[in-house]
Amino acid sequence: MFERNGRLVLAWTGVAALAFVSLTIGAGTLHLEELFSGSGGNASALLRESRVPRTLALVLAGSSLAIAGLIMQMIARNRFVEPATAGTAESAALGVLAVMLLAPGISVLARMLVAGGFALAGTFLFLLILRRIPHRSALVVPLVGLMLGGVIDSITTFFAYRYDLLQSISTWMAGDFSGVLAGRYELLWIGFALALAGYLAADRFTAIGIGETFAVNVGINYNRVVAIGLLIVSLITASVVVTVGLIPFVGLIAPNLVAMRMGDNARRSLPWVALTGAALILLCDIAGRVVRYPYEIPVGTVVGVVGGAVFLALLLRRERQVG
Amino acid sequence: MANSAIRSSRQTLFGLFAGAMLCVALFLTVGANGQWDFVLPFRGTKILTMVLVGYSVAVSAVLFQTATGNRILTPGIMGFDSLFILLQTLIVFSIGAQGYTGIDPRLLFAGQAALMIGFSALLYRLLFHSGGRSLHLLVLTGVVLGILFRSLSEFAGRVISPNEYLFLQDRFFASFNNPDTQLLAFSYGVVGAVSLMAWRMLPAFDVLGLGRERAISLGVDHRRTVGAILAITAVLVSISTALVGPVTFFGLLVSNLAYWLIRSHRHVLILPAATLLAVIALLAGQLVLEQALGFGTNLRVVLEFAGGITFILLLLRDPRR
Amino acid sequence: MIEAISVTKRYGSSVVLDDVSVKIPHGGITAIIGPNGAGKSTLLGVMSRLIAPDAGHVTIDGMRVDQTPGAVLARRLAILRQDNHIMLRLTVRDLVAFGRYPHNHGRLSLADRDIIEQAIRQLDLDALGDRYLDELSGGQRQRAFIAMVLAQETDYILLDEPLSSLDVQKSVQMLGLFRTAADELSRTIVIVVHDIAFAANYADRIIAMRDGRIVADGSPDEVIRQDVLEEIYDVPIGVHHVDGRRLLAYP
Repeated sequence: MFERNGRLVLAWTGVAALAFVSLTIGAGTLHLEELFSGSGGNASALLRESRVPRTLALVLAGSSLAIAGLIMQMIARNRFVEPATAGTAESAALGVLAVMLLAPGISVLARMLVAGGFALAGTFLFLLILRRIPHRSALVVPLVGLMLGGVIDSITTFFAYRYDLLQSISTWMAGDFSGVLAGRYELLWIGFALALAGYLAADRFTAIGIGETFAVNVGINYNRVVAIGLLIVSLITASVVVTVGLIPFVGLIAPNLVAMRMGDNARRSLPWVALTGAALILLCDIAGRVVRYPYEIPVGTVVGVVGGAVFLALLLRRERQVG
Repeated sequence: MANSAIRSSRQTLFGLFAGAMLCVALFLTVGANGQWDFVLPFRGTKILTMVLVGYSVAVSAVLFQTATGNRILTPGIMGFDSLFILLQTLIVFSIGAQGYTGIDPRLLFAGQAALMIGFSALLYRLLFHSGGRSLHLLVLTGVVLGILFRSLSEFAGRVISPNEYLFLQDRFFASFNNPDTQLLAFSYGVVGAVSLMAWRMLPAFDVLGLGRERAISLGVDHRRTVGAILAITAVLVSISTALVGPVTFFGLLVSNLAYWLIRSHRHVLILPAATLLAVIALLAGQLVLEQALGFGTNLRVVLEFAGGITFILLLLRDPRR
Repeated sequence: MIEAISVTKRYGSSVVLDDVSVKIPHGGITAIIGPNGAGKSTLLGVMSRLIAPDAGHVTIDGMRVDQTPGAVLARRLAILRQDNHIMLRLTVRDLVAFGRYPHNHGRLSLADRDIIEQAIRQLDLDALGDRYLDELSGGQRQRAFIAMVLAQETDYILLDEPLSSLDVQKSVQMLGLFRTAADELSRTIVIVVHDIAFAANYADRIIAMRDGRIVADGSPDEVIRQDVLEEIYDVPIGVHHVDGRRLLAYP
């Protein structure tokens, strides 16, 4: 017990260290000594307005997405499902486009709610299609999700093109934290709060992850837990999409890496999943800022590369275990 | 082969041919307003491009499906065209935009096509050689590879200087509406040569459709035939991607439509049918979008939409195929 | 003659064929029997070049199968394996026509058509010639594949469990057909069979395998004996002779 807590502390420290690194790098040079010399209005303003919000946003988005991925995997009972492989993220993006077209003036909160509604509908459609697959193999599930995502994405592109919004929608969706400033990332706190709510209900998600019969046997209202889970996932995805755009695969990688080491008990693994998600996205963002300094590579692109490679490794590893 | 099936397949082919010709005629004339001097060469070039792209996509999809023994895999879905883009990006990455523009485009293309052949052979070995893998694993691996290739090109594109990134964007944003016609004559030559090679192997391709073991038992050199298909596919994918950019699902769409329309296993009937279907889809689609609806270059999006839905339906229908 | 010389095949750490040497001279019906996992299908696969051995080699009429062009071998040897799932939508006649591919490379001559029709008749498929394979029962499909193999007109015909999806009547009919092919057309037929009784009464020679080795090889009189069968299957199987046929009594 102590050892496990000890390791968790170590993980916390690791994430904190990454966050500190994230605070210190960027296009504007940060002179830490200014902070302590008392005179440094410049440094503390930079920190307050840009670096701290950005780092917070990274941690919040990473951990919430990781938890959303875990919940989705329990609901779909499939390791390869996450918001970007189930049509959820693409649906949220379609929602953002709908807002841009129909009600450009509404508040960010309303925008997030609309995107969340779209995400919910898209995910529901995904689950509906899954039910109709005759012999459901574990691999056909993410395949259907990726394709559904592609189809929804082509609808978005179609209308974006039609109304000359392609440029803005693709900048919007790039999965980029460079524009995060104080006052423009706070929605992520809502997503994080929902992720915490998911943590409180962790046992129930584990139960539905084992199976519907099992869940009903232990007295869980299966449909309600699934509905709540979908709502949490959709709103988390929407909060991230509306704030920074699409960030694929975080929800896939973090839970899988954690499950390899410690199994699938959600309550035990959830803090780890959240920390892994945060660490992953911090690392990718730092890499994106350092590789081509002073230019930035959007974290969505970096995560796409890392995530794609890890996804591939997971697939082939799984095959070795079977074969 | 039942004679009635051959006859009905021939009739279908003839109908498709007439349809394609009609599309060509309409594409040339609708809304021309008598400005023939400008319209004919301009649209003619476009038609030639579309025909070549349709042919390349359709033939590569059908042959790839024959080689891999299933009907939901295409080079597009396996990420081959993303691979082509990645290779192009990496070349710019290593020799710079100036070096890139300095080289004879034909030489450059030949080099890229050669790399494509090498990489696709590697991919094939990796994925198919050990045999007995589940189809879903193959497809999913292919899709994820495609995503990975795209992300890598994006990444590499961002790492090179912003100017070169712009150059790449410019270079890659060839589309159905804005094809890169510089290489058109050269491309026709290459496709012609490749097709000649394919033509002589058509009966062997039919046998390959029976599966690896039966094909070997009937005396087909499986390794050589599959190798030839991979090379043909790699070249055709390079051609179509160079001309109009990547199209993930188009090949899936036309190949499966062709299987559905043509009640025969023979490539000599299926390949023309798939090609004609592709040409009709491209020309009619472009025509409707441009002339009737007044949109611009949305054809790719519409095709991806239809193709994606086809793909999901195929998955739902029969998990073994 | 088919000759396998010191053939070994491993899958991972398990040895499926362990230094197997066997000669199958021209003519007659040879049956390969043995419990599951004995290596029967693998031996058939190696002999027909579908599976490459890890050591040793196979010759057919003196030609090494790994060094002879497939097109040449396909005119000498035909193989039918167990899996009869097929991606293409083919009619029975289309499928049987593929049997002529080694001879005509896709261009059917009139003589080819006669051979195809004859094979269809021999397997009782006249009424089903234009039906698609996926509309047929498992047994009908199996017969269509055997018709294709016969149309290939090879000296050697290797069949892996050709009776697996046939009922008793069709099985007996099929074995009669093999008998005719062997006796009148002097074909060499090698079959893997599960049912010892069929092997006992229809084969000229029986090869028994166990754990990747050949444990018995000889005429039915030599192999279909209680002590030999017990060695193969670990079960005492009684053998009785009634009216010149062998009856097997399972314990």
